[in-house]
Amino acid sequence: MALKRNVGLRGLKYSGGGPMLAWILHRISGLGIIIFVSIHVLAGFSTHVVGTDWGDPVNRVYESLPFQIFIFFCVLYHALNGMRIAILDFWPRLLEHQRMAIWLQWAIFVPIYGLSVFLMIRSALTSG
Amino acid sequence: MHSSRPAPQSGFNFEYFMWLFTRVSGMALFLLALIGIVGAFWMGARTQIDVGALLRWTFFPNPFHVVNTNIPDVTIGWATAYWQIMQMMIIFFGVTHGINGVRMVIEDYLESPRKRLLSRSLLFLFWLFLMIVCVYVILYS
Repeated sequence: MALKRNVGLRGLKYSGGGPMLAWILHRISGLGIIIFVSIHVLAGFSTHVVGTDWGDPVNRVYESLPFQIFIFFCVLYHALNGMRIAILDFWPRLLEHQRMAIWLQWAIFVPIYGLSVFLMIRSALTSG
Repeated sequence: MHSSRPAPQSGFNFEYFMWLFTRVSGMALFLLALIGIVGAFWMGARTQIDVGALLRWTFFPNPFHVVNTNIPDVTIGWATAYWQIMQMMIIFFGVTHGINGVRMVIEDYLESPRKRLLSRSLLFLFWLFLMIVCVYVILYS
């Protein structure tokens, strides 16, 4: 099964459309999360358990506002898109409405992400 | 043609198990995040922490994530064995889900079975290493 699966470099070419965008964003956000979590855990381990300071510059990047906005995009997008995939996989009859499901997903994503980013920027500006 | 890959054939095989695990663990992480955010509000997050710290706590309920806030004492409520168990579950589901996802991405671009075996072995070691480091950090915090 696994060996028959091959996307190749053609898979990277953007061919347009909501499903392709969802697929590529799911990959980018998933890789973003795993890279972030790995480095973050190692930096935390070095700071708190080992007691070295190489993790400090890494932590400063993570605590910065632009990075938090980026990683929140990754987590929220990946979570909602993954939920859509799981729902459609477990109830295949809903596949009939899969394009509408992508729009529904954006309709949920945009208010939650927009409001959170607004609050994050506002609290960063007021606390100095 | 960019149609998604077909779901693996159901039955007692690795691909099907990981296909199912990916979906179940994803939904488990939703539930764990819900527990984290509800717990945070239960403990007074509305007046004590800002939205950034609330989100950090939701993703991973570790007391280090809420130290620079107005919480008077994180050892009351926020740093307990209950939240350590929640963190362990997030780490198990999250790291396994993530490493399996990396395996899927890599194997989309690797054809030879030998290279796949090598990448799987390295990913397994990395998974083990990450789990050990995470458990250390959780028990320490």
